[in-house]
Formats: sequence, structure tokens, C-alpha cells
Amino acid sequence: MREINEMLKKKVSELLENGTADRIIGWQAGEFCYDVTPAVMRKDNLDELFYNGFCGANQSKYLIQESLEEGKVLALLKPCDTYSFNQLVKEHRVNREKVYALGIPCSGMLDVDKIKALGITGILSIEDNGEEIKVATMYGDKTCKRTEVLQERCKVCKGKEHKAYDELLIPDEDAPEVPNGEDRFELVNKLEAMTSQERFDFWRGELSKCIRCNACRNVCPACSCRTCVFDNDNSGVAAKSNADDFEENMFHIIRAFHVAGRCTDCGECSRVCPQHIPLHLLNRKFIKDIDEFYGEFQAGEDDTAKGPLTAYTEGDCEPSIVMEKGGEA
Amino acid sequence: MQKIGVFVCWCGSNIAATVDVAAVAEAVKGEPGVVFATDYQYMCSEGGQSLIKETIKEQGLTGVVICSCSPRMHEATFRKTVEAAGINPYMLEIANIREQCSWIHKNKEEGTEKAIILAKAAVAKLNLNTPLIAGESRVVKRALVIGGGIAGIQTALDIAEAGYEVDIVEKQPTIGGKMTQIDKTFPTLDCAACILTPKMVDAAQSEKINIYSYSEVEKVSGFVGNFSVTIKKKPRYVNSDLCTGCGACMEKCPSKKTPNEFNMGLDNRTAIYIPFAQAIPKVPVIDTAACLHFKTGKCGICQKTCSANAIDFDQKEELITKEYGAIVVATGFNPLKPTKFDEYQYNQCADVVTSLEFERLMNAAGPTKGVLLRPSDQSHPKKIVFVQCVGSRGQSCRDHSYCSKICCMYTAKHAMLVRDKYPDTDVTVFYIDVRTPGKNFDEFYRRAVEEYGVHYIKGMVGKVEQVDGSLKVQASDLLSNDQMVLDADMVVLATAVEPDPTAKSLATMLTASIDTNNFFTEAHPKLRPVESPTAGVYLSGVCQGPKDIPETVAQGSACAAKVIGLLAKDKLLSNPCVAHSDELLCNGCSTCANVCAYGAIDYVDKEVNDHGKREVRHIAVVNEAVCQGCGACTVTCPSGAMDLKGFANRQIMAEVDAICK
Ligand SMILES: Cc1cc2nc3c(=O)[nH]c(=O)nc-3n(C[C@H](O)[C@H](O)[C@H](O)COP(=O)(O)OP(=O)(O)OC[C@H]3O[C@@H](n4cnc5c(N)ncnc54)[C@H](O)[C@@H]3O)c2cc1C
Ligand code: SF4
Ligand code: SF4
Ligand code: SF4
Ligand code: SF4
Repeated sequence: MREINEMLKKKVSELLENGTADRIIGWQAGEFCYDVTPAVMRKDNLDELFYNGFCGANQSKYLIQESLEEGKVLALLKPCDTYSFNQLVKEHRVNREKVYALGIPCSGMLDVDKIKALGITGILSIEDNGEEIKVATMYGDKTCKRTEVLQERCKVCKGKEHKAYDELLIPDEDAPEVPNGEDRFELVNKLEAMTSQERFDFWRGELSKCIRCNACRNVCPACSCRTCVFDNDNSGVAAKSNADDFEENMFHIIRAFHVAGRCTDCGECSRVCPQHIPLHLLNRKFIKDIDEFYGEFQAGEDDTAKGPLTAYTEGDCEPSIVMEKGGEA
Repeated sequence: MQKIGVFVCWCGSNIAATVDVAAVAEAVKGEPGVVFATDYQYMCSEGGQSLIKETIKEQGLTGVVICSCSPRMHEATFRKTVEAAGINPYMLEIANIREQCSWIHKNKEEGTEKAIILAKAAVAKLNLNTPLIAGESRVVKRALVIGGGIAGIQTALDIAEAGYEVDIVEKQPTIGGKMTQIDKTFPTLDCAACILTPKMVDAAQSEKINIYSYSEVEKVSGFVGNFSVTIKKKPRYVNSDLCTGCGACMEKCPSKKTPNEFNMGLDNRTAIYIPFAQAIPKVPVIDTAACLHFKTGKCGICQKTCSANAIDFDQKEELITKEYGAIVVATGFNPLKPTKFDEYQYNQCADVVTSLEFERLMNAAGPTKGVLLRPSDQSHPKKIVFVQCVGSRGQSCRDHSYCSKICCMYTAKHAMLVRDKYPDTDVTVFYIDVRTPGKNFDEFYRRAVEEYGVHYIKGMVGKVEQVDGSLKVQASDLLSNDQMVLDADMVVLATAVEPDPTAKSLATMLTASIDTNNFFTEAHPKLRPVESPTAGVYLSGVCQGPKDIPETVAQGSACAAKVIGLLAKDKLLSNPCVAHSDELLCNGCSTCANVCAYGAIDYVDKEVNDHGKREVRHIAVVNEAVCQGCGACTVTCPSGAMDLKGFANRQIMAEVDAICK
């Protein structure tokens, strides 16, 4: 990790120096070492730039605003971020010309809650050294295994290949492998096996925890509307969601429908939710259904393919035939 | 605040028997905006309409809800009614309490409850309605007919007769369709060519008709009254302006081994060919797959032979774009090729032929000059077995479920003609049912049986086998329950009528719909039989369903009447219920354009004023003249920028809320 960090800093200052870009979206440490947020940096404060297992935040969304500004912005994209990036470019939300995309390798992002769950508290600093994570705490140094504390989404990593970039920090072949291999639909299968009442109770239970902080929506690269329907008084949706607790839960259902076929499964919504609602399960249910109905589809695989739910082709059959033959004709 | 009047129709007992109409009127009285509610026996009657008009004036209504039959029935009528009383026709809502309520409920209590809910939903929507104004568009006074069979020819002649220009696009080198291949026609037995050729000539000579033969429709855009169509003229490699149709090129062409399509492959033709003597236009085409010049770069004999200098090996495909007010589909059919019906040995045995092949074998201009000879050894067949319903009325996946309608009659015709010409021939017909409704049709069939001694056996042929140059036909007689084996010299299969294979792609291009069998669907099976559901697109002939010639011609003329009715108009009112996008909300994501089946959405860079901030944004703009108001874009738009006038998201939501309350 230290090595990559050095390379990254060198590359970034080179790109800013030679005018390829005039600013960069990097990551900045917060109050705690694991509390990392994206931040725009320029030549003068580039020292603060770093990259470690807590730089999970997907930068793509910030590019909507940044690509509207003057000059070119340098974006650091992990392999999974490139899916969201493609999706935003495809939907004309990010101006590709205003972005210089530097693909950076990733060996899986860490979940501090999982570290804490191992009984490691009073964290002062964390050293991300590949297989082993060294944690300095108020009670002395502790270690844990990387695989134990990986974020949920990294356990179902889409792979180390960058789907969009102008330049790669290191070739994809040389990048570390993320130990994935879990079935991302395992929990969806469980939900599907429930009775509808059980499922209803499950979601009511989860969604009732929501405090409508909107963090999930604001971080989501698929939730890229200029004005969200929930912020638009004329939509008739906004007021309704305030009517009662059930209507408020509908916020998530509507959001899931809006991102269906566009959600790249980046996992940011679940990561940022302060209430730990497993929002990704809603999206994955849609992904699974779409895969089953229309054949496997990964949103953001490229920046041109029309999504299966939002493509009309002359070969589409009549609705009556879809009903009869299940879309084969 | 709206002032709404609600009128609940009894529809005689159609509604009133299952819905307590008075209770419905009573129940909506308390709804927001409702100032008047009543029930009446027949709202659509003159009395009912006067009641609406008077109430609008007396009560100063701003909107009207009519609880009655489906809006498909009388929405147009009631829009006129309210307009006559001075309110905007789009300030009308219809609650369908007949098809969606009284007709599907038995219990009056349930029916009434549902009718009340539907009425309340309509009121909730109407509260959010705004007056809409229909735009106007011009009508291009020219029609396009796709397909130049008898159907297309008849339609074109009738439209031309009324004084309008018509273009016929025919994919084959000549117009005429299947009728050119038929020998004699039931029920009168006059020769097909004798009655068809004059019509083909009329079409060719009409000043108003322009024939694009050997051409196809490439692209269609626009809408009723204003279609723009790109026609692809395939290269004939013969200059039609210079060619005199003398045929010298055909005589000299050394490539003579291509199966002749016109004679169903029963003889061969040259690489440069005119399908048949009466072809229109009488200009040859070069089949590049067979032409030695195209294959080897040598030959060119035709070019040397042609004294008119008409051969042009460099001719290129030509694209022509023209505007039309109306489009007629007349793409006809093809008889099924029974290659999947192994039991009849069609693939293996030359003496098993289809009915259309049989027509060619009986025709004076056919491969045998009208002498009935077996394809295998050119001998006279003495025993002929006809099998009906091959590929029709079946359940298996190689069959069509529909009846092809014409086969009973033409099989009777074939049987009769054979017996007439060759009285020593033994003719047997296997049938499932003999279906001969039609003027003089049953008489015709009975003549075959009674006067010409054709053996009709109700039964199915299980297997045809070739034994020593002759055929053995295994069959069952369903009436006597006997199994039988018949000797035959020839077997004729009456194969199913199938829509032309281009029907599907054409339907998509025209946004017209087709049924599961790929026949074009009419706008209403009884009341609008020659119109497609897409405005400005009409149906003529077998493309809509199996038909014989009299029916085809009748439909072709009916279709022309509809087209003439449209072309006679100077302008059309467009549907104001179209989509529009809010430029401040639009993300420019292009999702709406991806789903719009009509290509009605464009993207433009437009300067917008977002609360004082001026900037150029890439946003969606709907072409209102092209939009069909289907609403696909509005449900797709993530930001809610796209909305449908008259069916706004808020209005639909208000209805849903009223229903779920
Ligand atoms: C064996 C047999 C015997 C028959 N005998 C009789 C009889 O005795 N009496 C009787 O009344 N009826 C008879 N019929 C029925 C008769 O043939 C039809 O009713 C008639 O031909 C229908 O005419 P049509 O113009 O609709 O179709 P078609 O004759 O099929 O003409 C359609 C035309 O459209 C063209 N076309 C198709 N697709 C396109 C495209 N995409 N672009 C441009 N052009 C296109 C085709 O090339 C064709 O020229 C018989 C049918 C058969 C099969
Ligand atoms: S819904 Fe969640 S997982 Fe999907 S793109 Fe948005 S933030 Fe990522
Ligand atoms: S982040 Fe969590 S708490 Fe916040 S709005 Fe989304 S689901 Fe609700
Ligand atoms: S409503 Fe929308 S999708 Fe439908 S035709 Fe109009 S613009 Fe196209
Ligand atoms: S779908 Fe909506 S947001 Fe996207 S381009 Fe169309 S109108 Fe604009």
C-alpha cells in the first residue's frame, strides 16, 4: 500500500504539473483515521492526498458537479468506480471531456465496523499492509486479517479490470486480486424464499429505521437527477412521502425503481447509511430479476449499451406476445 | 376550484341492472368540486346529451364526468357535446362503469361499490385537468400502397380514380402478386390472367399511379397525413427508360439453369429474365447470383445483344424519399412450403406438389404448357390425391391454428378442372371439413362432387410413400373409421396461407400491429376492418387475414374509400394529449428517447433560465406532431421531467389515491 501511495502521489503531481488536469478529487482524513471523505485538491495542498483501505467512497458522483466547472479534473477511479463512471457518462451527467480518469488498483476496502466487531476499540491509527491489518489502539497494538474485515461489497468484487480510464497507475494484470467469490444473490435468495408477509415485515422493520437523512440518495451515482422527485413539490411525490410512516418507506421503493437497470451495485448506499439498512438488497433483487428476464446485464460495463429496461428496438415483440411467450418471440 | 357535474348512465339495464346508478350519483355529491350529480337512462342519446349541455349552462360547470361505457365507445361523442356547451373538450372524464364494472360483476352491491370508486377517481383526476387545444397538421395528398398484388392494385386504382396520386411499391420485378400464378378462378372459372392483366395495365397507364417495382420500403417516419417514406429501388441492371421489353437478351443469355420462381421451380429461367409475358413493367432484371458477368466478370452477351443499349451492369441501388398522407399495407401472403411435413414426402418426391405448383402445371403459360404431366417422368397422372388443411387448423408447432379459408374452394376447383380436362383421371380429396360459405360457393363444391364425380373422403392422410415410381397414400376415413392405402400418381397439398415474411419488420416500421400469426391487426375487428390501429395506415387484402379474390378486391376498395376520405381533408386535428418535458427538470439522460417507439424525442442544446441562472443544457424536446401519447417516456423519466398532457403523473396519482382511499 505504501508503494502504491508513493506512485500515486508522484503520478498525480506530474499530471497536475504538466497541465493534464488542474485539480484532483482525492481523499482527505477526517477526525478519525477511518473517517475518510473525498475532497478537491490542487497543487498547493496535494500533500494531504493519500490512498488506503478506507478510501471506499465512489468519486464518480462528484464528477457531475466537477465536470461542469472550468478546466479538467483528475479523478481517481478504483475498478468498481469505473462502472458508475460509465453509467454517468452514458446518461450525459458527466462530461467525459472534462475528466482525466486515472485508474488505480484496489485490494478491497475495509469496514471499520467489522474491525470494531472483533473487539478492537479505541482505534488510533490503522496500517493497511495487505494481508494483515495493524491497528494501533489506546490499549496497544492489535492485528486482524484483511479478509475478516473487508466491506460486504468487496466480497463480491466485480474484478480488478477498469472499465474506463485515460491512464492506469499500474496495469490491471499486475494489480492485486481481491479475495471475492461469495454469491451476491445469497441474501436475495433468502428474501425470495420468505412468505410475502415475512418479507413485508422484514422490509418494514428495516425501512422503519430510516431517518431520511438522504445520505443513500446523495451518494448514489445512479440517483443523478438535477432535481430529485422527492425535492420537487410539484411532483406530488414529495408531500406524499411525509404523509405517514408507511408512505415514507415508499421513498426506498421508489428509489429502487428509479435506479433499476442503472444501479451498478457499487454498494455506496448501504455503506453510508447511518442506520445500517441493507439497501443493496433491494437493488440486487432488481438486478437478479433483470438478469433472469433479459439475460445478464451489468450496468456501467460500458458507456453506450442501452439498459434492458429502457431500450426499445424494432425487434421488440408486441406486449400480447410477451405475455404469451415470455419475451422470446 | 372546478365546478364538476357527474352524469351516471344506466345504459338501459346494461349498467343499471348491476349498479345502483342513483346511489353512485348520490355518493359523488360530496366529492371536491362536484356541484351536480344525476343519473339518466341513455347518456349518449339526444336527450342525454341535451341534459349535459343544459346542466353545463345552468350550473356553470367547468368540467364533466360521465359514468358510462368505455371511453373507446363514446369519448369522442361526449367531447363534442361538452364543447357544444362551451367547455373545453378535454375537461371531460369518463368513468368506465360498464366494461370494467357492470359487465364483470354479478352482485349489485359489489358493482355499485366499484362504480362509486371509479366515479370518484374520475372526479379526482378532473380536478387537475386543464383545457387542452388540439394542433392542426396538413395532409399530403398522396398515398403509398405497399404490395402490388390484386389487393394493392385495386386500392391504387380506386384512389387514383378519385383524383389522388398513388405510388405502389412492389418488391418483385412485376406487380400482380399470387393471382398471376393462378390458372382459373373459382367460383366462375374465368382465367386469372384475363381478369388481372387489364387491371395491371390500367395501373401502369394511370397518370396518377406510379409503380416502384423491384423496390422495398426502407424507412418510415412521420404520422397520419405527413408520412415520410424512403423507398429502396433495387438495381435491375437494366435501364427501364431505354428497355423496349423485346426479350432478345433473355434468348441469348447462356445462364439458363436457375429455378423459375414464377413456375414454382418446376422449370428453369435465364439469369436475365422477365417473370412472365404480361409482367408490368415489362423490363427484365438480372439475377446477380446466376449472371456470369457478375460471377466471372466475363460474358456480357445481353449487353452486346441489346439494341436499345439498356443493359447497365453498374446500376446502383437508389433511395427515394417521398411524402405521403396515407399508407396502405397490401403485402399479401405466401403458401406454406411443406418442408417440415415429412409424412407427405414433399422434399423427397417430385410428384408431391403444393396447390400453387399444381396451378402452374395446369396453366397454359406454365412449364408444361397446360398439359397436366407428373414432374418426375412427364407422364399423365391417372390417380390424384388432394390433401386439404396442410399446416392449417392444427395444434402442433409446425401448424397454424387458423383456417386458411381458400383451400376448400381451390381444391374443389382443381379437382373439377382435372376431371373436366381428363375425365379418365381418378380424383380423391381428403378433408377435415369442407367450408364453402360464399356466394355460389357451396353450389360450386357440390358440382365437383355430384357432376364431376370427385371422391371426397373425410379423413386425414397419415403417410405418403414412394414405391416403384408410384405413390402409396395411407389414410383414414373418419366416417367409416377405415384405414386405407390408396395408389396415386400425384399428391397435391393444399398448404396454409402465411403472411409475407416481411410483415413483421414492416409492422414495426409502420408502428402498426400484427397478431400472433403475423397478420396485420385491424383497428376494430367488426367496425374498422380496413384501418390499422395506427392512424393513417390502412390494410388491404390477405396481409390482414386469408381471403379469396372477391373478398380481397372488396376490402381493397373499402380501404381506398377510407384513404380517399383522409386525403380529401385539408387539415387534421392532432391529439393534444402528448408528452412534453420540463426543461428545468430534465437531466438530458436520453432514457426517454431510448424507449420512444415513434422517435418523437430529440435532444437539443438549449439555453435555459433556471431561476435566474442562464446556462446551455442538453435536454429532451418532444416533437408533438410525432408523439402518439403512449406515455412510455413519462414512466421512464427518472426525474419526472417528462409528463403527458391530459394524463399527467399528478392526475394518475390522484386517481390511484381516490381508488385506494
Ligand atoms: C393455390 C391457390 C389458388 C387460388 N385460387 C383462387 C381462386 O381460384 N379464386 C380466388 O378468388 N382466390 C384464389 N386464391 C386466393 C388469391 O390468390 C388471393 O386471394 C389473392 O392473391 C390475394 O391478393 P393480395 O394482393 O392480398 O396478396 P398477394 O397476391 O400475395 O400480393 C401481395 C403482393 O405484395 C408484394 N409484397 C409483399 N411484401 C412486400 C413488401 N414488404 N414490400 C413490397 N411488396 C411486397 C408481393 O410480392 C405481392 O406481389 C388462390 C390462392 C392459392 C394459393
Ligand atoms: S443504488 Fe446503491 S449500489 Fe446502486 S448505484 Fe446507487 S449507491 Fe450504488
Ligand atoms: S442513508 Fe439510510 S437513513 Fe439515510 S435516507 Fe438512506 S436509508 Fe435512510
Ligand atoms: S408519449 Fe413519450 S414515448 Fe410515447 S410517443 Fe410520446 S414522446 Fe414517445
Ligand atoms: S428521461 Fe427525463 S430526465 Fe432523462 S432526458 Fe428524458 S425528460 Fe430528460
